[in-house]
Amino acid sequence: MEALVEIEEEKKVITGSEAVLKSLLKENVDTIFGYPGGAIMPVYDALYKYEDELTHVLTRHEQGAVHAAQGYARSSGKVGVCLATSGPGATNLITGIADAQIDSTPLVCITGQVASHLLGSDAFQETDIIGISMPVTKWNFQVTSAEEIPYAISRAFYIASSGRPGPVLIDITKNAQQELMDFAYSPCEKIRSYQPYPDVDRDKIIEASKLINRAKKPLVLVGQGVALSGAEKEFKAFVEKAGLPVASTLLGLSVLSVNHPLYVGFTGMHGNYGPNLKTNECDLLVAIGMRFDDRVTGDVETYAKQAKVIHIELDPAEIDKNVKSDVAINADAKQTLQLLTPLVEVRNHQGWLKEFQDCDVTENEKVKSKALFPIEGELKMPEVIHRISEITDGKSIVVTDVGQHQMVASRYYQFNQEKSNITSGGLGTMGFCLPAAVGAKLGAPQRQVIGIIGDGGFQMTVQELGTIMQYNIDIKILILNNNFLGMVRQWQELFFERRYSFTEMANPDFVALAKSYNISAQRVSEREDLDLAIQNWLSNNGPSLLEVVVEKEENVFPMVPAGSSVSNVRLE
Amino acid sequence: MEMEQVAKEYTLSVLTEDKPGLLNRLTIIFSRRKININSLNVSSTEVQGVSRYTLVVTETKEHLEKVVKQIRKLVDVLGAFVYDEDQIFYQEIALYKVSVSAFEQNGMIEKLVRNNGARIIALDKHHIIIEKTGTKVETHELYSELEPFGILEFVRSGRVAISKSKRKTEAFIKELESSRSNKLSIKDF
Repeated sequence: MEALVEIEEEKKVITGSEAVLKSLLKENVDTIFGYPGGAIMPVYDALYKYEDELTHVLTRHEQGAVHAAQGYARSSGKVGVCLATSGPGATNLITGIADAQIDSTPLVCITGQVASHLLGSDAFQETDIIGISMPVTKWNFQVTSAEEIPYAISRAFYIASSGRPGPVLIDITKNAQQELMDFAYSPCEKIRSYQPYPDVDRDKIIEASKLINRAKKPLVLVGQGVALSGAEKEFKAFVEKAGLPVASTLLGLSVLSVNHPLYVGFTGMHGNYGPNLKTNECDLLVAIGMRFDDRVTGDVETYAKQAKVIHIELDPAEIDKNVKSDVAINADAKQTLQLLTPLVEVRNHQGWLKEFQDCDVTENEKVKSKALFPIEGELKMPEVIHRISEITDGKSIVVTDVGQHQMVASRYYQFNQEKSNITSGGLGTMGFCLPAAVGAKLGAPQRQVIGIIGDGGFQMTVQELGTIMQYNIDIKILILNNNFLGMVRQWQELFFERRYSFTEMANPDFVALAKSYNISAQRVSEREDLDLAIQNWLSNNGPSLLEVVVEKEENVFPMVPAGSSVSNVRLE
Repeated sequence: MEMEQVAKEYTLSVLTEDKPGLLNRLTIIFSRRKININSLNVSSTEVQGVSRYTLVVTETKEHLEKVVKQIRKLVDVLGAFVYDEDQIFYQEIALYKVSVSAFEQNGMIEKLVRNNGARIIALDKHHIIIEKTGTKVETHELYSELEPFGILEFVRSGRVAISKSKRKTEAFIKELESSRSNKLSIKDF
């Protein structure tokens, strides 16, 4: 009898719009980011009475909504959801969708569309968002009648969050939002044409363990796949047992604490000296949940040619794409590590680890000592990050934008807690940070969220200060202001004979700007004022902004020039 | 040069769910890499609701393998296979339009049609339409022979191919349906 009553309740005649919201609730969504407009108005109208169950954050631009959804997904481990109207609303999502695709972030983006009888007629605010988003989504689907809504949304969540996660877009015509339908929801658990979790090949696990047990100079490269798989503990147990030195990719930062004795640094274009140099000296490279991006490998023709390569990766298309592996394990990181760890022998590669420490001594001498502890001249980005890192004990969520400040933050923030690094890695989207930090805070409200931005990137999505004000989002915003598009300027200095073509910026008064949004703000330019300014900024109740005026023409080193061998890592 | 790095003609056979928009998802994988598709055919299969795309491209094996992995990743793709010429049976259809006056000249065209195993499928006051099924080489041969008589219109279909493999489409799909890899079940290990 009870079951019958429940079915009765489930099967209710409601509008398509309400079905959208009910479906989201069935997927345990509690926060969505969006911006209303004509073609999505029925959903917004339904949202009006769901305010208690669904928190909707009104951003100031659809790009802000999608980046916020990304930040939310990355800090919470849940699927990020955003809502936009047709036409320009939908196209404004594209940058964030492309960013989520390349950085494997689970998103469900819902767009309104003109009524189905108007499709293809160039109606007001009509755009072919299905066609436009196709190359940058894991899956997309156009809903033209209300009854398709539960099917589309349940598939969307399953596809976005399973396997290698990614963005999904559901385009819903206005008539489908308005039609009545019988609502019933069952989560999607299987699609026969989609096999997100390949079975682990046990023979490959055995082969991999043999290579690891035999290696004299092994090096592990850890990527975001380990975090996405929730395998931080398994990863730590694995490297500790086999005594393997660990270098991290940009998105792999914070999987292993920088204070761990086996952590040897950040690898790639602006990574640490040791991991780059030793990649071409190791005898075994164990890559886990990473995709050998060109910013990691430099010239692939000269990359780790002396080493055997084990590649543990969930996405089969990444295996042998850029770097050929000797043993490829196409499976989930957690599953693989659970099977692999019992087979590896207890080892301690002290001599080999010492070689990384020697590299650190060199890097300290040539780069870090000058960058972190300057005694005169203007403030430098690394010393600012270093002080923030010390003061926060490396335990904040750090959201960065793209450019010099991003590389400096990645190099010098001493990540000491898991799931703390949120940045736009693959796509390199300037303007990512401010909205992503908003989402990150809502996804992990108990944690301190610091957004680190350059003066250029800040102005790309500066309108989100309005969102921060309206919802009193407690994030700490740091602008490292050098009045330059610093990374482009650095390349112009190094590779374009100092022709500073359109990289210098006249900036507004950032402090006054933040204050106009009721956000507490201060500027610091003197070394002796830095610590106090940081403390005030971080201890402020509610959102606050700190602008640090830094040296205009500072360069980030070490650097592997684009297309060059990692062996040619430059220290100056 | 290694064999892997020499571009040659390959036939791709892609089994998919019969869903709108999939053709676009498939072709952007090629256009993104500026790979030209020589021919393309979409058809139903012996399994209801399952389509088969047959594509012919000229590429290096190494490059094509990466492309095929991207195709397999598409949510609605059931399977994708690459074949070289000796792993498949294949045919293409060509249609040739010539004028009735050329046809009536000296009986040469009729002879060509017969010798090439082609046939005349339509005839009206002005034109005749010749149809020839075969490999590209064969349909091209007839083209060259007809050319002196004046070809008013020519069209060739996409390749259709059947592999020599023993795999059965239905069994392959059954296998996918019973696969456990739709869900991550760490407890199984």
